[in-house]
Amino acid sequence: MSFDFEKLQRAVRERFDSEVLEWTVFREQHCLHLAPERIVDVLRFLRDEPAFNFAMLTDVTALDHLKLPASMEHWARERFAVVYHLNSLEHGARLRVKAYVPEEPCEIDSVSGVWASANWGEREVFDMYGIVFRGHPDLRRILTPDHFDGHPLRKDYPLKGRGERDNFPKYTEIPERG
Amino acid sequence: MAHSVAAVQPAAAQAAPEQTLSMNLGPQHPACHGTLRFKIELDGETIRACDPEIGFLHTGFEKLGEYRSYNQFVVVTDRANYLSPLNNNIGYAIACEELFQVEVPPRGQYVRMAMAELSRIADHIVCVGLQAMDLGAFSVMLWAFIEREKMYDVFEAVTGARLTTSWTRVGGIFRDVPEDFPDLVRAVTSKLPPVLAETEYMLSKNKIFKDRTVGIGTLTKEQALSFGVTGPVLRACGVPYDVRRARPYLAYDKVDFEIPIRTEGDVYSRFLVRQEEMRQSLKIIEQCLANLPSGPVCSVDHKVALPPKDLVYHDMESLIHHFKIVMPGHGIAPPEGEVYSCTEVPNGELGFYLVSDGTGLPYRVRIRPPSFYNHQTFSAQVKGRMLSDAVAILSSMNTIAGELDR
Repeated sequence: MSFDFEKLQRAVRERFDSEVLEWTVFREQHCLHLAPERIVDVLRFLRDEPAFNFAMLTDVTALDHLKLPASMEHWARERFAVVYHLNSLEHGARLRVKAYVPEEPCEIDSVSGVWASANWGEREVFDMYGIVFRGHPDLRRILTPDHFDGHPLRKDYPLKGRGERDNFPKYTEIPERG
Repeated sequence: MAHSVAAVQPAAAQAAPEQTLSMNLGPQHPACHGTLRFKIELDGETIRACDPEIGFLHTGFEKLGEYRSYNQFVVVTDRANYLSPLNNNIGYAIACEELFQVEVPPRGQYVRMAMAELSRIADHIVCVGLQAMDLGAFSVMLWAFIEREKMYDVFEAVTGARLTTSWTRVGGIFRDVPEDFPDLVRAVTSKLPPVLAETEYMLSKNKIFKDRTVGIGTLTKEQALSFGVTGPVLRACGVPYDVRRARPYLAYDKVDFEIPIRTEGDVYSRFLVRQEEMRQSLKIIEQCLANLPSGPVCSVDHKVALPPKDLVYHDMESLIHHFKIVMPGHGIAPPEGEVYSCTEVPNGELGFYLVSDGTGLPYRVRIRPPSFYNHQTFSAQVKGRMLSDAVAILSSMNTIAGELDR
């Protein structure tokens, strides 16, 4: 079963020509690079078009381009890229979509209205990278505590943390019962 | 008269102040598999709303991955899903091999496949056992753990560890299996069909078990796809999606097995799917053992995989290769690029998204844990159900906090 990526590329370029920045293939994996403005429309099109039918959003994650080596400068169109992995169960095809998000304003539209799986996926990206998803129904931190400051997977966040472990709020006395 | 009573009742119910009870389930509770917490709004015993709170076991695996070399990170994958570390090791190694473009020799593939399936059985059997235990059938849990101990003995003989196996390396596995590997495995697998049959005899027609599982936690096909659910939970909804078939890795395209599906999508059907999957895994293991090729288990491309130790002692070039791989600042480095690779672990699709900047450390390691996306459906499944159903639903999803929180 082989999937016609050429056809997919033509269809996407035809409809969203101004959005498509590039189409790359590495290790037989196709990647669609997008401007962030109409991300919801493009992904909805990919899901609903019967010829492609990417029914499942496997994963949402992000990349911070801050410390890329000089040889990979062409990757860093903006500081961040939100990376969506789509899966078409019917056609046995996978597609990676990257939407580039600048450092300021660090915002992109939420696709949680297209796939329910984006809800937690985007919460995790918000938590780890600080990218705000406009229109997300419940954008809270998910893995780190609510009072946590900072976004750990950003490249300027140190591995050992910023002293959160030392300054963790703790009870030194048993609170009086009210 | 009767008519007027019927008319009054709903109005009275509306007028009464709505009283719900906020309750915590977890984070430390025997029915919470790992450190999970649920904020539940209860109306009587009916769940009106549920907010799963996760992150208690967040240990920053992905951040750590950016500071560890490709082979060092194998150790971290053990800790992600501690019920099936071997599947995680293998899934990660396959992702690396796709990035490095290195071939694993046939023996390595078949041994990996046999161990992956054995690990799948160990995971499923414990999941079924705990599911039964949560619903009051304690003996099934004991049977399951007895069998898992025997499988762990095999893991120990093959990998040197029972839980933290760290078995794979980029390009293969770190040492060949013992000479009596087929006998070791067969000694365990030959005892399994009676246990599976007895478990099914105990549960599948058991009135208490069925009352608490049939029609509980039903997910529709559309819901499951939209939520990105994978694994037995998805297959219980009638979607025949299995990464082993959809995107064959190792030698899964050369073995014969079926993908069991059910259409009900409830807790009971997940139990049946897992039971059948274990039988299919036994079938795969038998085929692997029967066709076990000879030869090396690790790639002979010694720019990536360590050469055998005796060669290192006697052969100049192998010594250089060993040095180049092991020394800090040298190591193995893939070309610049990115790869998403996925394998079927017991809970579903485990994906690794690796981004390489051409150095010996990955630029980004993303683990796509199946539990994360499966667990997201929990609130949808428990809404409007009884509190006791929440326990049944949770154990049927087999959420592992280690990979949920990473």
